[in-house]
Amino acid sequence: MPRIGVFVCWCGSNIAGTVDIARVVEAAKDMPHVVYVEDNKYTCSEPGQASLRASVEEHELDRVVVAACSPRMHEPTFRKTLETAGLNNYLLEVANLREHCSWVHSDKDDGTEKAIDLVRMAVAKVAYHEPLYSLSFPVTKRAVVIGGGIAGIQAALDIADSGHEVVLVEKTPTLGGRMAQLDKTFPTMDCSACILTPKMVDAAQHPNITLMAYSEVERLDGYVGNFKVTVRQKARSVDIIKCTGCGICFEKCPSKVPNEFDLGLADRKAIYVPFPQAVPNKATIDREHCLYYTRGRCRVCERVCEAGAIVFDQEDELVEIEAGAVVVATGYEQFDHSVYGEYGYGKIPDVITGLEFERLVNASGPTEGKIKRPSDGKVPETIVFIKCVGSRDESKGVGYCSRTCCMYTAKHALQTREKLPGSRVLVYYMDVRTAGKGYEEFYKRTTEEYGATYVRGRVSRVYQKGDKLVVLGEDTLLARPTIVEADLVVLAMGMAANEGAGDLARLLGISYDQHNFLTEAHPKLRPVETNTAGIFLAGSCQGPKDIPDTVAQASGSAAKVAALLSRESLQTEAQIANVNQELCSGCLWCETTCPYKAISAKTITERVHGKEVTRTVAEVNPSLCHGCGACLPACRDGAMNLLGFTHQQILAEVEAVWR
Amino acid sequence: MKTYSYYPGCSLEGTAREYEISLRAVAPLLGFRLEEMHDWSCCGSTPAHATSHRLAVALAARNLNLAAAHDKGPDGLAVPCAACYSRLKIAVSDLARDAKLRADTEEAMGEAWRGGAVHIMALPEILARDVGPEAIERATVEPLNGIKVANYYGCLLVRPPEMTGFDDPEDPQTLDEIVRATGAEAVDWSHKVDCCGGSLSLSRTSVVSKLVADIIDAAQIAGADCIVTACPMCHANVDTRQPLAAKILGRRLEMPVLYITQLLGLALGVPARQLGFRSHLTPVTSLLRKLQDRTRGRASGEGGS
Repeated sequence: MPRIGVFVCWCGSNIAGTVDIARVVEAAKDMPHVVYVEDNKYTCSEPGQASLRASVEEHELDRVVVAACSPRMHEPTFRKTLETAGLNNYLLEVANLREHCSWVHSDKDDGTEKAIDLVRMAVAKVAYHEPLYSLSFPVTKRAVVIGGGIAGIQAALDIADSGHEVVLVEKTPTLGGRMAQLDKTFPTMDCSACILTPKMVDAAQHPNITLMAYSEVERLDGYVGNFKVTVRQKARSVDIIKCTGCGICFEKCPSKVPNEFDLGLADRKAIYVPFPQAVPNKATIDREHCLYYTRGRCRVCERVCEAGAIVFDQEDELVEIEAGAVVVATGYEQFDHSVYGEYGYGKIPDVITGLEFERLVNASGPTEGKIKRPSDGKVPETIVFIKCVGSRDESKGVGYCSRTCCMYTAKHALQTREKLPGSRVLVYYMDVRTAGKGYEEFYKRTTEEYGATYVRGRVSRVYQKGDKLVVLGEDTLLARPTIVEADLVVLAMGMAANEGAGDLARLLGISYDQHNFLTEAHPKLRPVETNTAGIFLAGSCQGPKDIPDTVAQASGSAAKVAALLSRESLQTEAQIANVNQELCSGCLWCETTCPYKAISAKTITERVHGKEVTRTVAEVNPSLCHGCGACLPACRDGAMNLLGFTHQQILAEVEAVWR
Repeated sequence: MKTYSYYPGCSLEGTAREYEISLRAVAPLLGFRLEEMHDWSCCGSTPAHATSHRLAVALAARNLNLAAAHDKGPDGLAVPCAACYSRLKIAVSDLARDAKLRADTEEAMGEAWRGGAVHIMALPEILARDVGPEAIERATVEPLNGIKVANYYGCLLVRPPEMTGFDDPEDPQTLDEIVRATGAEAVDWSHKVDCCGGSLSLSRTSVVSKLVADIIDAAQIAGADCIVTACPMCHANVDTRQPLAAKILGRRLEMPVLYITQLLGLALGVPARQLGFRSHLTPVTSLLRKLQDRTRGRASGEGGS
């Protein structure tokens, strides 16, 4: 027979103010299996816990009900108290007399009645509690970082520096990501490439980092501490061990293709290295445009390569990596401009995006850093910048603020005035948001020292008239329409999630929001974790971010990964799903319901009427199960139970309240 | 054969008679039929909606109730006038959103609102979607090759997009598709969806003259031989205000402005005198002559070979 102790807490006047504690104590004494009841002013206090411990021993209690605040507050506290009293942690039930009762009722009589009901339910449930135990399993001390932009590079370096192995997987042929395309970085005006490329080299040379460029994650199996990541190493058609990066192949290659790195403002060859500081500095053949792959002849690169590195029949390779943790750092894309037909992007060559401006103003870009119009190469005199294209526009774009555009537009305006002192620079804005260290000061310099003109209002349309661009807008401070004849228009395109972000999230089993940004476990208190243990986020795959925030978040995830990988073993959840295989019919609806891929089919052999029978049943992997309970309603046989919340325990509660 | 309920609206019996005439001429050639609704009245356009929202909605609702009861046009309600189209669409949307307005309207009409499900279609929508460019191309007997057309959608046909929704509000394409099917070239130009000034034509003519000057200037920069529209309001302003626009631009203007159905009529072989060009204030002779010269050139070219 169970011996249950009930500990009723006053919580000062929080509970005692609305609940008659003495009546609850008296009522509890008569409940089944209750052998001891006491009340405390604060059960969670050190004396309260000491008294609980002493009572367990003195009255030989084997089950405990604490009637106090929400279990979300102090269940872990009281579980520890039970443990120190020599009881299994899970022989505890918390009746929530505060959030569920005293705080939401004003009538003391009714409150007391309800409190007694809640205690009776808890007593009925705890009587059926069984000891539960966690399992421990070893941790693979290796991390996989997906994405080789600044977020992925920083996370990989920090994890590697903490002494753990890292595999850094990058989709494109080189590390660097968006940051490599940028010219200067606000607010300090450091050259983006100059501060990034040393990190790229560090990442490639770090003894703990294995770099897999031109590779994509294809599959993720396993669970925290024991992931299996399948990576497709795409065929470069180049032996990267032999390739020296000398560049003779792309000098001689006859096939020209718009260079993605320069956003199509310049060309590259079909065999290429995306930019001079690429890491690894190895050539890649773009098979879609290579004459040999498309028309069956050429092979000039093969003839000129002294290292003999060209391998036309190279094939994709699947590599399986065991890892304890995964960091997702897959970055962002520019907002899709096609909904802004009124700005003429794509039709009018001199309407460009902010990222294209970065390439134009960059010394290693297509114009060698001279600001020239794409249409005729003329130096523009009047340049209009339009902010919030895509961002903060619920009718056409997205509701959120992309956070970086105010600052990068201020930077562009400053750079334009610096490089073209005679130019007229107009910035159309809705608000100027400069929340960051040194940001407001930078914006002020742009307007006050460098003389960029800020116009508060939106642009309604841009159209070509002769060789000018007519920009129709509104100055909302002067309350009048504006017409500007400009030579170049730069759109501050907002940041959007990568096109494949949703697919990646599904592949990894993590969640994403309505804009396809990957979701953190808690917006404030768990900003780098996902809801799936062992998978972490870094950078703008989680939401628009500038470089400082991205690097901070990357280091944050690295710290989380390092903490995880520094453990020898992990404990499983104890309150997990459990299959009664005798009842299970093997329909496996639970398998499709499970968000954590924790349920799989298992074949069992039993003796029925003296014969051996083989059948399929469901099996729960205790390391993967989070105890969410989604499989329970899916089970038509009632074979699935959640330990700590079994059908029997819940029904006992229901019976107790309707008694 | 597709058959539509037909709501002409007042313009097509007045200032836009040539729109009606040409529509009636091309419909059978393109294989659709128009069954005019009985007892239709004002759609609730400018005179009403500039003074009373309730009246504007009630007038539109009355006509839509009639359309719902009209059983001869199973394929939708054809609305050639962009202003009517806009009013009817907005009324449906307003009545769906606002229960009080709906009660008011029902009281004003003296009957229940039943028009919410009427499939209201602007004429370009019917031509580009139901008839389709392939059918227009097949029916074309006088291809308009070499003619450059600036398609002028104006503001009412494609906006607000959440109510109209059949074409891109900033860079619409339906008229362009129709025009291209006739063999003419649809030029890419800047003022496709600009405002013509609408009903300010009479009350503040100077505003309209300036807007019309901008539109014609833009069409000329794009090299257009004519402007094509599907809106009686746009047609009235751009056609009639050319002398005032000419003063602003400081040059003589003679830019033919055609309804889409008139241009189609030319391509489908309807004689020009049956397309109502006589009621235009700006002559379309330059366009007709260009077509004629081209035909003659083709004929003599054939003769020579």
